[in-house]
Amino acid sequence: MIENVPDDLQYTKSHEWVRKLSSGQVEVGITHHAQESLGDLVFVEVPQTDRHVAAGEACAVVESVKAASDVYSPVSGRVVASNADLAQRPELLNQDPYGAGWLMRVELDAGAPGSALLTAAEYAKTLDAAE
Amino acid sequence: MGLRTPLYGTHVSGGAKIIDFGGWDMPLNYGSQIEEHHAVRRDAGMFDVSHMCVIDLTGARVREFLRLLLANDVAKLTIPGRALYSCMLNPDGGVIDDLIVYFQSESWFRLVVNAGTRQKDLKWISEHAADFGVEVRERTDLAMIAVQGPNAIIKTVPLLPADARAAALEIARFSGTAFGSWFVARTGYTGEDGFEIMLPAEDAAAAWLALKAQGIAPAGLGARDTLRLEAGMNLYGNDMDETRHPLESGLAWTVAFAPAEREFIGRAALTRARAAGGPVLVGLVLEERGVLRSHQQVSASGESSAEAGRAAPLAGEVTSGTFSPTLNRAIALARVSKGMGPKVLVDIRGKPHAARVVKPPFVRNGKALIEI
Repeated sequence: MIENVPDDLQYTKSHEWVRKLSSGQVEVGITHHAQESLGDLVFVEVPQTDRHVAAGEACAVVESVKAASDVYSPVSGRVVASNADLAQRPELLNQDPYGAGWLMRVELDAGAPGSALLTAAEYAKTLDAAE
Repeated sequence: MGLRTPLYGTHVSGGAKIIDFGGWDMPLNYGSQIEEHHAVRRDAGMFDVSHMCVIDLTGARVREFLRLLLANDVAKLTIPGRALYSCMLNPDGGVIDDLIVYFQSESWFRLVVNAGTRQKDLKWISEHAADFGVEVRERTDLAMIAVQGPNAIIKTVPLLPADARAAALEIARFSGTAFGSWFVARTGYTGEDGFEIMLPAEDAAAAWLALKAQGIAPAGLGARDTLRLEAGMNLYGNDMDETRHPLESGLAWTVAFAPAEREFIGRAALTRARAAGGPVLVGLVLEERGVLRSHQQVSASGESSAEAGRAAPLAGEVTSGTFSPTLNRAIALARVSKGMGPKVLVDIRGKPHAARVVKPPFVRNGKALIEI
């Protein structure tokens, strides 16, 4: 595995990750690089369940001491769950961005075209290019 | 590449995240900004503030010069070593900069001014100094380290030059004393006790590492901002600037209108502004979850009765906002219509959020001063 970019996830250029769950739904969060750039997170606003999100649409807000940043949904579908723990413990997103810091789970729209997500290697390359 | 302090290399090898701050490459944090904040409130932390500008003013008429240049009155400085916080105003009463002046002797006063205003400050000061025969010397040969926190002094003293150790414990609050080429001041920008140490640039890296070995946590500009805001201290460029005068910036206490016969630059404009009234700078505490940020709009809560019969609506704007790690709540300074509050609304991304007007400081000496 590339450091802090797990192989089993897909990514966006805007630093979100997508995990395919066995249920067919997907889990979404922000990457290690994203949380590190933001610094200590102090407020996370997750989407309401049952809300429909479109790929590329702002669906959550993460705020660090430094700045507020929108999170863009990497996929289109219906939000079936969002991470309520983040309301009280936004630091989970710093500590465990690929685990306890997940943001939402989405039931993908039937027949929606697969959006162009990046593999771990492709995402890692965008990080190298930015440095 | 920006300007760099003598400690830049030390920060990089210490794992600092570097950002551009007014043209300077400065540490934002060394990992966690919030942990650095807590280290200062609970124990001791240190900041590289070498980007700030130290200016020595010398000459027989320095005091007379400063009584014209500054809105606060250096006549209050009667004991050598004592310091005074003041604004330096333009003729319209706008704030050119805020600064600290240390009285050393009748022929030597030392100023510490902001980094981002260095050039215009030096120009302004020099222009006026000429009439008084005062020499203006920028001390680029000095670095400056601020060590702050309840244990800052006790941890720092053993590392001072030998002749300064006993004497440094006797330095009164808001005073500074020279020890050879070192200068130790009991001042700061965090609301905690501590020292600001000016020292030869070539000594800075060794001093920094020795302080770190004493258990003093390196802290970056991120923690410096949350600490100063909790302490209710203004940031030049955010909370006041050349278009804003001290009376609408929470700094009326720093303007010495008495004695009436003292002329200072900006006096006439401030006297008019004082008669006219105007907005005021207040503290805000967000009652809901979220974070207050600069430029968010403040409006009257529907429950306010002061709105009735007013020609202009009550309104305001956040000038500095952040999440307070000590209070675990968003806090801010905001410039608002006089008489607003205690309940107000702040627009955060298009939605109104309830906030309360309070009197800063929010935190001093590790303790919350407002109810949450």
